[in-house]
Amino acid sequence: MRVLMFGWEFPPHITGGLGTACFGLTKGLVKLGTEVIFVVPKAYGDESPEGFRLVSASDITLDILDHAQQEFWNKIKYMEIGSNLIPYLGEEEFEKLVEEEELQKTETTSSVFSKRFSFSGKYGKNLMQEVSRYALVASSIASKLEYDLIHAHDWLTYPAGIAAKHISGKPLIIHVHATEFDRSGEHVNQTVYDIERSGMEAADEVITVSNLTRQIVIEKYGIDPSKVYTVHNAVEPADRPELEGIQKHVKEKVVTFLGRVTYQKGPDYFVEAAHKVLKRDRNVRFVMAGSGDLLNRMVRRIAKLKMGTRFHFTGFLTGAEVDTMFAMSDVYVMPSVSEPFGISPLEAMRSNVPVVISKQSGVSEVLRHAIKIDFWDIDAMADAIYGILHYKGLQKMFAHYGKGEVDNLKWENASFNVLGVYKVALARRQ
Amino acid sequence: MKFINLCFQVHQPYRLRTYRFFNIGQDHQYYDDYQNRHIIRRVAERSYLPANRMILDLIREYGSAFRVSYSISGPALEQLLQHAPEVIHGFQELASTGCVEFTGETYSHSLASLKSKEEFIRQVVKHRDRINDLFGQSPTTFRNTELIFNDEIGLTAAEQGFTTLLTEGAKHILGWKSPNFLYYSAINPKLKLLLRNYRLSDDIIFRFSNRAWSEWPITTEKFVGWLNKVPDNEEVVNLFLNYETLGEQQWKETGIFEFFHKLPRTVLAHSPYRFSTPREISEQLQPVAPITVLYPISWADEEKDLTAWLGNELQDEAFGKLYGIEQAVVESDRPDVLRDWERLQASDHFYYMCTKWFSDGEVHKYFNPYPSPYEAFINYMNVLSDFMIRVETPGVPAGEARSEQPHAVKETEKPVKVSAKKTAVRKTIRKKTSDIKKPAAAKNQTAAKKPAAAKKSTAVKKPTAAKKPTLAKKPTAEKKVTGAGPNAKSMKKTN
Repeated sequence: MRVLMFGWEFPPHITGGLGTACFGLTKGLVKLGTEVIFVVPKAYGDESPEGFRLVSASDITLDILDHAQQEFWNKIKYMEIGSNLIPYLGEEEFEKLVEEEELQKTETTSSVFSKRFSFSGKYGKNLMQEVSRYALVASSIASKLEYDLIHAHDWLTYPAGIAAKHISGKPLIIHVHATEFDRSGEHVNQTVYDIERSGMEAADEVITVSNLTRQIVIEKYGIDPSKVYTVHNAVEPADRPELEGIQKHVKEKVVTFLGRVTYQKGPDYFVEAAHKVLKRDRNVRFVMAGSGDLLNRMVRRIAKLKMGTRFHFTGFLTGAEVDTMFAMSDVYVMPSVSEPFGISPLEAMRSNVPVVISKQSGVSEVLRHAIKIDFWDIDAMADAIYGILHYKGLQKMFAHYGKGEVDNLKWENASFNVLGVYKVALARRQ
Repeated sequence: MKFINLCFQVHQPYRLRTYRFFNIGQDHQYYDDYQNRHIIRRVAERSYLPANRMILDLIREYGSAFRVSYSISGPALEQLLQHAPEVIHGFQELASTGCVEFTGETYSHSLASLKSKEEFIRQVVKHRDRINDLFGQSPTTFRNTELIFNDEIGLTAAEQGFTTLLTEGAKHILGWKSPNFLYYSAINPKLKLLLRNYRLSDDIIFRFSNRAWSEWPITTEKFVGWLNKVPDNEEVVNLFLNYETLGEQQWKETGIFEFFHKLPRTVLAHSPYRFSTPREISEQLQPVAPITVLYPISWADEEKDLTAWLGNELQDEAFGKLYGIEQAVVESDRPDVLRDWERLQASDHFYYMCTKWFSDGEVHKYFNPYPSPYEAFINYMNVLSDFMIRVETPGVPAGEARSEQPHAVKETEKPVKVSAKKTAVRKTIRKKTSDIKKPAAAKNQTAAKKPAAAKKSTAVKKPTAAKKPTLAKKPTAEKKVTGAGPNAKSMKKTN
């Protein structure tokens, strides 16, 4: 079986969990004997192609006069609106991008009709434009290659998936890693919502990363439940001997929040829970690692609660720093208001760090050795943190079972389930 | 003649309320009064009351040919006296028929037998006295918590004057032997052992309403047919059940009451069996062989060992910490401390921390007031932490006020016909509670403590209610739902 897969990013060039998930899934599929052609907007050349073809959309030449493509282009043109949409970026990064954009304002809309597109492959100001162009290029790729199925990850690639299906007539599988409701709460961006829904409607089968997301897809997008499947994410096994030597430099216990400091991640609940713990026990340090639009509000709140000497901000952490942060932590908290899956607790558990996660996360559906709380229940959150820090039995239990549990969440299993969905899609065609 | 030894266990723990770490050192009220009252009332209405009525009818109908025995834990007695005294009255009526035996156990349904001989004996004696007070019988048969038994426990029980002991007919102990005989303890031949026939017992406890089971439905006739298949030379079938099996675990709609109602008639007419009690059976039968049990057995799960209560890191830490303060508790000699010490020993708390279900994915099959063993552990340890502070610092009064109030309201609100016997019972409780109250009350009268005490009842409560006005609803609603469970669980313990 050969699959044409559309993604938006690929390790090591990632900004969120999407790239990591695509990588794990693809590797698993290849292991199971599936051929994968993975298309990204822009390939950097240093990605590790393990048995699959990585195609950069930037390298594709287009024949603009091709009738079919032009027809599709007319259809997707509507997407070039509302271009100030920044799904995953923090404030600072957004500003940086916009500045860059201003400097390079050489490209105009007419460049759409040039023969080769250059993609930034990032989530930028002209994201919508890139999404549309990506779709156009996709239709070109789709017409040139041989494959049995199309698999598109997240809304950015749905138009590409639809285009490919339109050209080739092959079954389309849409993989929902997040929905607009997760990113923006109830204040959804209508354009994105429309793209998401048209993708789901056009898809033969829809894969969601959790039952939570499946429910959203069914209820808020009105998709027929019989074609929506949950395939939980997994985590790459990682043996990192270099982390063993990491020592923390403070004698207090460290409780960590790691993620974008945005509404979706619930940082404010973490701050309030920290306050409750510190009222009772001053020998704890809290760390908020990440940046985002709520960061300043958090800093102000910390100052107001007078916990500045016990509550620290690290800003945005990258690869190795994240591992170091986990290695220094005694508890990891993920108080997300809404989290389609949430891979970070698994990374924490891989480093033997006990985790407190919100019930409103997809990952809570697969974890047993974690304390699950409602994101709004700061009393329960504080209590869980305090319990892990003070009662040795808990630490022992987590050390005993946590890592083993995570190591059993293998991408091969997830890929196997995805393969099952492929088979359903192909069978329905016959 | 063969015997059916029908024994019911009655137990309801004092479930803990959600007790956060910030309550430690400030709030000493540990119990979920609402839930405990709600559950005991519900179980009384669905199970204990109709079951008592039925058993009494059967005894009246068949006379001494129908006999049963009961093991009622201290927490169950206390809570029934407080919230459903008519159930206790029913047991007293049953006791007066002379066809019912009450067996002994640890007062608080504890695991003390595994850890502290002194505490074990203290609780056994306390339970015996309580049974004697209420039912006018001094138990001679011992049924340890969850049928936990080994040779040592047998020795201690014999020292305390028990002559018969009930335990599980665990396969790994019996080997090729049948549970359907009277045995004796290898290291103390005077102690007779009656072993539960878990297949026939569990047919009723677990499988009675299981439509997926090939034998469903069990009719009385079919069950008696199975009894008749027991080889001719085997003498006694020990059916040990939770009393809640009647009406609570197996709802009345499943026909459980009809099943039991027909049982004596069918047994007496169509089988060589007669109903009897442990005491009589051990007097009438000759023990056939010795039994040795080195490592404790119980009636739980497939393993029939202790792993439902002890063994994982959570259970072991909690258990170790709890008994680590035994000396201090004994020395403190304060009724409020002793009361909480007993309640915290109930085996249920440790059962909630069990992680065994994780491995076979049956997390939800076994009901538990906590969403996971981790929450159970954290909550218990928070309570225990506060309790330890109280034990170590003399003079911290218990949070008595809250637990007593609803009771007082209830009594005035719901006048029941009080028989002479019952008033006597009531008096004894009153005496007890006033005993407990005294030290706390005395303390409040000293000038310094008064404002503090006043604050506690109003100020401490309010902020929690005011702080999360919108959120407050959710947790309570949740609690109400889970209220249905704990005792469904307490019956599902064994499998």
